This record gives sequence, C-alpha cells and structure tokens, in this order.
Amino acid sequence: MSSALSQTKPIPAEKCAGNPSIARTEHYYRLKADVEDFYYYEADLLDARRFREWLDLLTEDISYFMPIRRNVKFGQHEARENTRRGEGISWFDEDKWTLTKRVDQILTGVHYAEEPLSRITHMVTNVQIKDARPNLDQAEEVDVASRILVYQNRVEYETYTLVGRRNDTLRLVDNSWKVCRREIILEQNILLAKNLTMFF
Amino acid sequence: MTQKDIDGLVDVKNGFISRELFVDADIYKQELSKLFTRAWLLVGHESLVPNPGDFYTSRMGEESVILCRDKKGEIHVFLNSCRHRGMKVCRYEQGNTSLFTCPYHSWTYTTDGKLQGVPLYKSLYDGVLDREANSLVSVARLCNYKGSIWATWDKDAPDFLTYLGDAKAHLDQALDCRDGRDGGSEVIGVHKWVFPANWKFAAENFLGDTYHNPSHRSVDLIGIGPSAVSGKKGRRDNELEHAQHVWISFPAGHGVHSAIQPEANEYIESFLDNPVLEQYFRHCYEERKRRLGDGARLMPFVGTIFPNTSYHGRQPRGLCAWHPHSPTSTEAWRFFLVDKDAPSEVKDYLRHYYMRYSGPAGMTEQDDIENWLYATAASTGTIARRYPFNYQQSMGAYTTDHPLGGELSLQVTEQIARGFYRRWASYMRDADWGELLGLPAGNREAAE
Ligand code: FES
Ligand SMILES: [Fe+2]
Repeated sequence: MSSALSQTKPIPAEKCAGNPSIARTEHYYRLKADVEDFYYYEADLLDARRFREWLDLLTEDISYFMPIRRNVKFGQHEARENTRRGEGISWFDEDKWTLTKRVDQILTGVHYAEEPLSRITHMVTNVQIKDARPNLDQAEEVDVASRILVYQNRVEYETYTLVGRRNDTLRLVDNSWKVCRREIILEQNILLAKNLTMFF
Repeated sequence: MTQKDIDGLVDVKNGFISRELFVDADIYKQELSKLFTRAWLLVGHESLVPNPGDFYTSRMGEESVILCRDKKGEIHVFLNSCRHRGMKVCRYEQGNTSLFTCPYHSWTYTTDGKLQGVPLYKSLYDGVLDREANSLVSVARLCNYKGSIWATWDKDAPDFLTYLGDAKAHLDQALDCRDGRDGGSEVIGVHKWVFPANWKFAAENFLGDTYHNPSHRSVDLIGIGPSAVSGKKGRRDNELEHAQHVWISFPAGHGVHSAIQPEANEYIESFLDNPVLEQYFRHCYEERKRRLGDGARLMPFVGTIFPNTSYHGRQPRGLCAWHPHSPTSTEAWRFFLVDKDAPSEVKDYLRHYYMRYSGPAGMTEQDDIENWLYATAASTGTIARRYPFNYQQSMGAYTTDHPLGGELSLQVTEQIARGFYRRWASYMRDADWGELLGLPAGNREAAE
C-alpha cells in the first residue's frame, strides 16, 4: 500500500455505509483496489467482445438478476419498488446456462440484434466493499456495491446509455475473483431501450 | 381521409401497402382519432386488481388509463386525467387505494371514478359544479373476458364477443387453463419497453407472419426451448409436429396462426428437461382432450386481435399490447400468463422460459425488434415512401368454407395482413360498425 494511503486516517466503521465492521483500513483499500482491477478487466473483456473469456469470470452457480423498477407510493419502496429475484418476471433472472446461451447466440453471427456487433463501453465506479468473508485481510468472498454506466452504439445512429447500480458477490476461485451473484438495478421504469443484448 | 387517399395507400387487391402507413405523422394522428377511439383494446387482466380498491395504470392508444376495482368489487377503466386541469391523477403503477387524490388542486375521486372532494367547494363552486358530470372519464364499454380486460371509447361498438367473432376460439387458448378449463389464468409479470418502430410492425408480426422464421436462426441454432438441455434445438419444442397448420384472416381484421392436431391427437413429449413439467403438461393435455373432445384438436399458436393486441397461445404464453407511441415508436406491454393453480415448479420454469424468450432481453424477440426498427427507419425517406411494401404472398390461396370460419389458408400467407389493412382502411374512412366487423352488406344492420 502506498505510504500516502497508509498515512490517511481510516474512516471509522460507524461512518461507512453497509456493514459497520468494514472499516476503511489498509486491508480494505487493498481489497478494494483488487476488486476494482477485476472490474476493469471484466469491462475490458466485454468491450473487446471476448464473451467466452467473460463467461469464465462467472462461477458455475452464478445468479444474474436485473429487476424491473416500479413507480410506487412513498414508503413502499422497500417492499414493492423492484421485482424480486426468484419470483415473477424481471428483465433478467438467469443462471450460467442462459448466459452461456446468450454468448453462443451472439457468436452464431446471425443474431441480428447484435449483428453487426454493437460498440459498447462499460464504466464502473463508486466501488465499495460492503462485506468480506471471513475478513478483509483474507477475503474469500466479498459483497461489492458499484455504479455502472453502459454506453451502446449500434450500426449508425442508435445509441443507448444505461446507468445503474450493481450489487455483486465475488468469490475467490483458484486465486482469482469470479462473480457468483450479481444484481443490476437500472434507473428506469419503462425500459427506454429496444433491447438488452449487452451484458452488465 | 377520402376514399381516394385510402385507395392510394392500401391496395389489398394487388397486394401493396404504402410505407406512409408506417412513418407518416398525419396518418398516425388519424389512427389515434379514428381507430384507437373505436376498436376494442386490451387494458389488462383481472389478476392485476384482485381486491376492492386495487388499481393498475395502463394505456389505451397513447393515453394513460386507470384499471380499478371499486369498493364493491366492480371493475372500471378511466382516463388518467383530472377533470379540472388534466393532471395525471395516478402516477403509481399499481396499488390499493380508497381515493385518487389529484396532486394539483386536490380534487379527489372514488374508486368508481366519481368526483368526491373539491377543496373549498362551498365557497367557490356551490350551485355550479356538478360532481356527477365531472367524474373521471370512463370508457364507453368494458369487458372482462376470461380475466382479460378490454375496453372501447365508442358507445356504439358491438359487444366484445361480437367484435372477436370466430377469433374467439383461438384467443381462448391463450386465456384458458392448459387442461381446457375456461379462464383461470393469472399475470405473473409485465414487460414494458419502448422501441423505435411503427406499432403495426409488431401487430403484423403476430398476424401469422410465419414467413419471418429465418430471422430467428440464431436462437434456433443454439436452442433455448424446454428440452434444450436434453439436446433439442429450436426456440421451443415442436408440439405441433404432426399438426395441420392453419392461417386465418377474420373479417373484423383479426388474424391467427393455429394448428389442428391429427385425429389420433396424441401428446408430443415436450419439456424434456424437467420431469415435473413433462408430467404436468401431459396431464393437462389428456384432461383437455377429455373436456373438449374433438375441439381439443385445435391448438393455438399466435395471433393479433385487431388492432394492437397479440397473443402467444402456447409458450411463452401471454398477451401483448403494442401501444402507439409516435409514428415511429411503440410502447410494448407484455402480460405473461400461467395457470393460476399450476404447481409452483411449473410456474417457476415458465417464468424463466418467458424471460429468455420474450421482450427486450428475450433471445427470440430481440431479433424481431431489430427488424421492426430498421424496417421503419429505412422507410422514412422521400424516395423510399414512393415504393409501397409488397404483400403479394399466397394471393387467393384460401378458402372461406372451413368450419373455423374466416379466410383460411393451409400455407404461409399474407392474406391475414391484407385482411388487417382492409379493415384498417374501413376505420380510416369512418365506416359503420357493420363494415368494421366485415359483415356481408346484407347483414350489417344487425350489428348496429
Ligand atoms: S388539476 Fe386536478 S385538481 Fe386541479
Ligand atoms: Fe418473431
């Protein structure tokens, strides 16, 4: 860890969002840097259209979920704003099999919604470790919150900017991080994009 | 629109439809005023409002409406706009309430649409404001058909079943339980999204446009059906393998692609990936056969109820409203259906299948939407508009004396699309309901 960082006074645990045991210690920042690096690598694979290699970053038991967001009355957000994993209809509620099918489909070269391929950039920011198990020092599983901005340009004039939050659980497998749980919360109600052919 | 204008746009006889119908702002406006104000439109499903006070905001044409079950349990559909200055009185998608309170000046409306509270009524409005006359604007007619809710703004419209005509037997199979019981379905979720294509591309897609199959090559190659893990390719299982496919254009403008099972009518294994499902659907199949007898041979596939409601009768089962959003954009709402009393494992499997098949994240539908978008975009040009779309497929290849009614074809055909635009033209020239239903000239009075 750089000396500048280690000289910073850690933010006390009670001021950190989420799990109060996640104090901003040196271990925290080291882990965060590690996770950020993982995200940049992941984004690079997706944006370089290396979809098969991207699939390798997902555990076999991944749960990949994007709820539909609803306009609800004040006070009901917790209970009703988002559709739920494992119930009813969402934008995505998927496992590795379906995600692999999606990659296979793009790679047929005749998936017209992605043929010719879109130009896509993923930006990942606001990364925060929310929990680490068994601890920050020797984390084998981490819960991570981040923001994501996905820019898509298709064919000539079609562009979509999808912005949202991402809540992940990453697991250390053979010394590298893999995503085992992902929730993508887009900041939209009626989807203002014709298709969701990209990965998040 | 004059007869001459319409003849220049819709030439059903020779099989040409002008591109103006898909891009022109003026024509779009006329559709809103002449067609969407008269035809029966899908609003939702009773399972979205199961209890008194439940509401669900929906759309009819471009406009927001509230589907609401009042305190007494009766279902209503109102325009979602305050009678005072037009504020949208309900901006929640779904919920339960005893009153709709307008955010602007706080007029309140009861769940049956009646204006109740008017702030400072005594001092500002007494003796002038007639509450009754300032209720939320209600649709002219409403129908709860096997749980699906339909409405029209035209008080002279025929009842819904008359409007459906012989298309009923086909739509039924999207709404009925898999074992042949009437109705009994529920909505397990709704997709809503906007895509830049004219609404008629989507409506037409389900009007028996089986011809567009090649556009789904990618999903057919990889296989995402209920037996995909067991090695079957394709986007669904071929339950209609031995059936006689039929394409039918109905006189009111509806069109369906269904299939008739052979007389032996045996269950074809599908859902191989999951024994619980396989058993459930086999059981439903036998039950349906027992209940409906020979009628069970008719199997639904897809269809469009004029003008903008489509259904998937098998899987992914559901109803879809293609709401006009602008001349070149559509707001799609897809209501996914399952048997209400299906085992939870069946429901869970189906919802996954629906999500990977349909909608903007659906591996099948994505390719449809791509086509609709670029077909719309490439038709806006001045030169492009001079050249009408070609609808000459299977000209004349149909019979009118089949027991299923309508103009029935045994081959893939654009006769259904031609029938759709024939009716579209009737609405554009403000035809009477006899013509809108496509009744022979002699029988028209009965419908009025
Ligand atoms: S606009 Fe609704 S109360 Fe004035
Ligand atoms: Fe299609």
